Amino acid sequence: MLTEFGKVFAFILTAVMFVLIAVFAAKLIRPARPTKEKLTTYECGENPEGSPWVKFNIRFYVVALIFLIFDVEVVMLIPWALVYQDSGMLGFLVGAIFLILLGLGMAYEWRKGDLEWARPKITPLVLTKTEPPEEKQEKELNLGE
Amino acid sequence: MLNNIQEFYNILPLIIIGGLILVSLIIEMYSESSEKILPWLSIIGFLFVGIYSLVEVGRTSIVLQNMLATGGVVNIFWLIFNITAAIVCLLSINYIKKYGAYYGEYYIIIQTSVLGMMLMAGAKDLIVIFLGLEVMSISFYVLAGFNRNRSSANEASLKYFLLGAFATGFLVYGIALIYGKATTTSIDAISLNFSALSGNVLFLTGVLLFLIGFSFKIAAFPFHMWVPDVYQGSPTTVAGLFSTAGKAAGFSALIVTFAALFGGPHGHLFTPYLSAIAVFSMLFGSIVAIMQTDIKRMLAYSSIAHAGYMLIGLASGNIDGVAGIIFYLAAYSFMNLAAFGIVSILEGKEETNLDLDSYAGLGTRSPFIAGLFALIMFALAGIPPFAGFFGKYYVFIAAIKSDLTWLAMVGILSSMISVYFYLRLVVIMYFKSSETEDKVSYTASEIIAVVIAVVFVIILGLAPGSFIDLVTKFL
Repeated sequence: MLTEFGKVFAFILTAVMFVLIAVFAAKLIRPARPTKEKLTTYECGENPEGSPWVKFNIRFYVVALIFLIFDVEVVMLIPWALVYQDSGMLGFLVGAIFLILLGLGMAYEWRKGDLEWARPKITPLVLTKTEPPEEKQEKELNLGE
Repeated sequence: MLNNIQEFYNILPLIIIGGLILVSLIIEMYSESSEKILPWLSIIGFLFVGIYSLVEVGRTSIVLQNMLATGGVVNIFWLIFNITAAIVCLLSINYIKKYGAYYGEYYIIIQTSVLGMMLMAGAKDLIVIFLGLEVMSISFYVLAGFNRNRSSANEASLKYFLLGAFATGFLVYGIALIYGKATTTSIDAISLNFSALSGNVLFLTGVLLFLIGFSFKIAAFPFHMWVPDVYQGSPTTVAGLFSTAGKAAGFSALIVTFAALFGGPHGHLFTPYLSAIAVFSMLFGSIVAIMQTDIKRMLAYSSIAHAGYMLIGLASGNIDGVAGIIFYLAAYSFMNLAAFGIVSILEGKEETNLDLDSYAGLGTRSPFIAGLFALIMFALAGIPPFAGFFGKYYVFIAAIKSDLTWLAMVGILSSMISVYFYLRLVVIMYFKSSETEDKVSYTASEIIAVVIAVVFVIILGLAPGSFIDLVTKFL
């Protein structure tokens, strides 16, 4: 006999099989005549403009950082706001401690200058490889010859 | 929350470390001379918490609505973590500047990792274990890549993060399966109903996944691959913290979850799995360490082997084994910390002087450091008068009491193999002449940290009974 979850599992299995059979049946039946136009990425009928793998400026990281702080804050504070009156002073203090911790983290970022948008002082990160300089010179010489 | 003022005193160590983190953050924000203040503040905080834990060791209690235990074995673990972290901070003062990666967050992140370890050791609930583990692990990922300009450090950090996150996935899945059958995450409730639950395949799968997750954290054999690269790439003092306090934290969580079963009918349920990974860790760590030419990689493989010895205590499934592991952890923490401390003293700029050959002639160049290092190598190899011997002795005795004599034999065999690579270093230091005649330069803080660790190794070796009595009193 099927258990309660077994019935659900049967549904899941049917759903998966339905898609797989449809895809493979279509592959068998349909004609396949690829052209260059058909193989390009679909961008609302426009011609594709370059690769989507563009580099974003590292400064957008700041936005993510701020979002992280306030997102967590909202997620934790809404349930707290609904019930804190029932717990009285203790409930208030719990929320206050949470906010102080978050505020301290925010203040730390701010003070350290991590929230500033343009920071021309910082030079881009260079990963140093531990390659002895002598070999490099030899390589350059070889190239010159 | 807190029911009375007594609970406040019981969790005071956690509150102090938490407060220390906040105070350090504020100092780092506003003080110009935070580089001088923070290490000493951390050391004083860690020492105070460690001594407070030792003084309050007799006051066992369960606090915060059955979430956390304090007193007894928990306080002994807190003592180990805090003393270890204090020694690491003392070693770091000079090293982290030489390594070229001082940021104020260094000491703060060490503090957060200790907070996570303390939560793990005191956990009475699987969720608290997970919380503590994550606080510790995320701090460790950051510490591993502390020099962000160096590609080896970045590699170590990323590798540690990816594999650690993978292991945490196993752990959480295991906890989910355990919860699915037991409908509670309280460790006491699960241990109480273990007979009823242990018939269920999904529950046992959950417990095994939980064990596998922690096998990653304690660096046991099939899950050890991150260890050598992470230890090699991360700052040496930080590698010392990973291999001592980090491993102790992993074992403390295993002990708080499994110790309740020991002595009962299901104490030996997981012995096959635990003894298998113990055997493979010991033999693999000892044999592969022979082939290493880099001192940090050698110590990494030796730490895999030591995880194997400690797992023997867990596999034997009795109270003696648990006491043996705790003694072993204390002894191993100080031995390994001293070893990593000496490596950090001798390490030059840009990760030089890490080859085994660069230790040649150390006996004449710097007899004091060479003597300390030789003593530590003897202790790690398990030569009798030092703490390493008694750690192995207690663990092997526990295995023999549980009719696992073959496991103790494999352990002895493996420690005989490990004598080779430990003593090879002593031979290189004393009997091989070096090309340079440079004296080793060191600062007072570094050498004091190493000497303190060595003194603990000697004290634990000369008077092992008092520590083991303290531990067994609370088991």
